[in-house]
Amino acid sequence: MHELGIVFYIIRDVKKAAQENGVERISAVVMNIGEVSTIVPEYIMDCWRWAADKEDLLRGAELKINTLPAVSYCENCGMEYETVRFGKTCPHCGCEKTYLLRGNEVEIKEIEVPNQ
Amino acid sequence: MNSVKIIEIKKSVFEDNNLDAEALRKELKLKGVFLLNLMSSPGSGKTTTLIQVINRIKDKIRVAVMEADIDSDVDAVKIKEATGIPSIQLHTGGMCHLDAEMTRQGLDNMPMEDVDLVILENVGNLVCPAEFDTGSSCNAMILSVPEGHDKPLKYPLMFSICDVVVVNKIDVLPYFDFDMEKCREYVRMRNPNTRVIPISAKTGEGVDEFASWLLEAVKNWKKH
Repeated sequence: MHELGIVFYIIRDVKKAAQENGVERISAVVMNIGEVSTIVPEYIMDCWRWAADKEDLLRGAELKINTLPAVSYCENCGMEYETVRFGKTCPHCGCEKTYLLRGNEVEIKEIEVPNQ
Repeated sequence: MNSVKIIEIKKSVFEDNNLDAEALRKELKLKGVFLLNLMSSPGSGKTTTLIQVINRIKDKIRVAVMEADIDSDVDAVKIKEATGIPSIQLHTGGMCHLDAEMTRQGLDNMPMEDVDLVILENVGNLVCPAEFDTGSSCNAMILSVPEGHDKPLKYPLMFSICDVVVVNKIDVLPYFDFDMEKCREYVRMRNPNTRVIPISAKTGEGVDEFASWLLEAVKNWKKH
């Protein structure tokens, strides 16, 4: 259940960004979350609602999640493939010398601020 | 219809913690204090292993322990009673891991000038502690025989960040379908540089090897 910890980090970063930009109210926070980042979207949504509503800056603010696909690279044949579908084994050559190129992101993309 | 203004942030959630951890690691290096981050699932025998190891090294280097748990202080008390070394308990306030800031707060309560090695017993969990760098000099984890040799496949991140994997409870190997060679192979798949040390904290078998590794690591840390 690390989603709550992650949410606390998001809130800390967002508060800092709000201060730097002179923002007093945020309507949404947009996250980029990789498919294999081990974040469970439903859990993070629950944690978000609970924690965000305790902050004046974020009361009622929506958490929007962009899911980024996971892609692995095969050192043997140099091809890329979908990690979630094929796992550690390269579907092109059957080799297991593969590593993750992207898909474990937990990134705050942007915040949305209501225009006054 | 432009009712919303967008402010781009583009920042990893782990970035601040990674920076805090890097700063803490540098500071500890300057002070000559080695921080071992010890992780495992609950019930793998972390505390029993620690007592065995500490009793083998406490005459050679100055050791202190920080126990991190969600609640209670049973582990800190147990360590203090069994080894006589300073031991403090940190509560994570419901969180499933320690981060660099919490680790620093814990270290602030330690006699840092009189310590060579601080062992941080992280919250029992194979997922979250792997994601949050504590600022440690080395990461170690304990995997116990009843958990099975396939754990490195199920928790890849944890195994990929560990310098040492201690396989505990080898005294019960005859009763479980635990394949030590498979385990070594799976650990190597995650991190070819990880050292695997089989031990039994109960009988003491293999603990000397873990203790020697730790003494050597502390020595090297203090050297440069």
